[in-house]
Amino acid sequence: MSKTIAEINEKIKKGKAVVVTAEEVLDIARKKGISKAAEEIDVVTTGTFSPMCSSGVFLNIGHAKPRIKLGGGKVYLNDVPVYTGLAAVDVFLGATALPEDDPKNKIYPGEFRYGGGHVIEELVAAKDIRLEAVAYGTDCYPRKKLETWINLKDINNAILFNVRNAYQNYEVGVNLSDRTIYTYMGVLKPELGNANYATSGQLSPLLNDPYYKTIGIGTKIFLGGGIGYVAWHGTQHNPNVLRGDNGVPEEGAGTLSLIGDLKQMKPEWLIGTSMLGYGCTLTVGIGVPIPILSEEILRYTAVTDADIFAPIIDFSEAYPQMKPDILGHVSYAELKSGHIAIQGKDVPTASLSSYPKAVEIANTLKNWIQKGKFLLTAPVAPLPDIESGITFKPLKERPIMEQE
Amino acid sequence: MNISRRIVLHFPPRMTGQPVVYRLTKDFNLSFNILKASISPGEEGLLIMELSGDQRNYDKGIQYLTEVGVKIQSLSQDVVRDEARCTHCGACINLCPTSAFSLEPKTRKVLFDHNKCVVCGLCVKACPPRAMRLYF
Repeated sequence: MSKTIAEINEKIKKGKAVVVTAEEVLDIARKKGISKAAEEIDVVTTGTFSPMCSSGVFLNIGHAKPRIKLGGGKVYLNDVPVYTGLAAVDVFLGATALPEDDPKNKIYPGEFRYGGGHVIEELVAAKDIRLEAVAYGTDCYPRKKLETWINLKDINNAILFNVRNAYQNYEVGVNLSDRTIYTYMGVLKPELGNANYATSGQLSPLLNDPYYKTIGIGTKIFLGGGIGYVAWHGTQHNPNVLRGDNGVPEEGAGTLSLIGDLKQMKPEWLIGTSMLGYGCTLTVGIGVPIPILSEEILRYTAVTDADIFAPIIDFSEAYPQMKPDILGHVSYAELKSGHIAIQGKDVPTASLSSYPKAVEIANTLKNWIQKGKFLLTAPVAPLPDIESGITFKPLKERPIMEQE
Repeated sequence: MNISRRIVLHFPPRMTGQPVVYRLTKDFNLSFNILKASISPGEEGLLIMELSGDQRNYDKGIQYLTEVGVKIQSLSQDVVRDEARCTHCGACINLCPTSAFSLEPKTRKVLFDHNKCVVCGLCVKACPPRAMRLYF
């Protein structure tokens, strides 16, 4: 049995494609077997809705009269600083940027009520955003100051460009110390008081395509409620990790770099997020369709929570000190039961990633495909795979000596 | 008939020196469990407690509180989940000391049980999209 993306697209256009979510495929594969299921199913849709810090937006705000060169100047959107090291009126707004007067962790744990992610959410919600800029002035761009409201609908471009999203697997965060710690894995209570995890497991895009056989550069996806594309492999993409017999990595592995037009996205799928004591970020909704080109591909999508394992990491010592210690592996089925056992202790679990929203994304994408509104794309180039030789290197610090 | 209610008491500044809770116990035979208490400079005092006892005594106790000028609110009005903002991630679930949050097993949506909430406020700052709000 084998199909091509062109054949699947023909069926989508005729409204005849069989599309199921990565959750629904489990029952079908169990009842009918992999071979029959692969014959019947054309597309499996995945979904994830999680805080993803390496997200941001390139904005072109348009030229003022007289002109001002923001490049090399200072620009704030609702008091949040943006990056201006670009051409005259292009700026980059990052999800984790914070207002300069935010107390951050000086009042510990910092609340991080408003940052770049929140500005992105308000932009998408078509709210007016206050822009304040100072520039140095040139002959062709004489103006030195600009204060104005801007709105997504009026500016030339707003391109969501997330340089690392959709991590293929993630660690489970715990705390072995005797005090509460505030991390990007949430609030972790002392002495193994809780354990937090962060992917949608059996629904997660790259966990359903462990060897990147269908997802590649150019893959069209659901991004932030609109259409987006895989632009590249994400930063820290690391295919060469320990994998199970089913090919699923047992720690963080592949990542995706995603791009899309912010103007057609929706605020309910790009949510400004505050991690107590850690910082601001953006919760991003992503859904990737997987074309069932062969039995092998279907077998990958039939992965269940019981077949996906995540490493348990202590965030009080091992993580901050870059120690490789792992307290064991645990399956997503166990994590989702609400309790796991670590060092003989019963530890309650919680997720930072929304499973109900991941289901909603997978269903929305399924609906788009069924209605013929969304056709699949073949990748123009593959993501680096386990043979690529890519490794994930720590920083090799080289002390800077004063010249004698 | 015995009843048990969680209530929020607001004390005007002139009353913060009076042993109101002592009177509830002594005169009306009510038992109490204080969940939260605070007095801020220039502001009224706040007391959140669970008050239990015979229905008639409870009613008399509430009448006494009203007569001496204490404003009473029921607790459930004070902690609100912004349903549009909650993403049902579940980060709140194991931080809540009274297990007011739980997962609906089939959909994995986060359920919030007002009756179990003791208004400690832990969930308010720990909620990533900040969907929990405290109103006193």
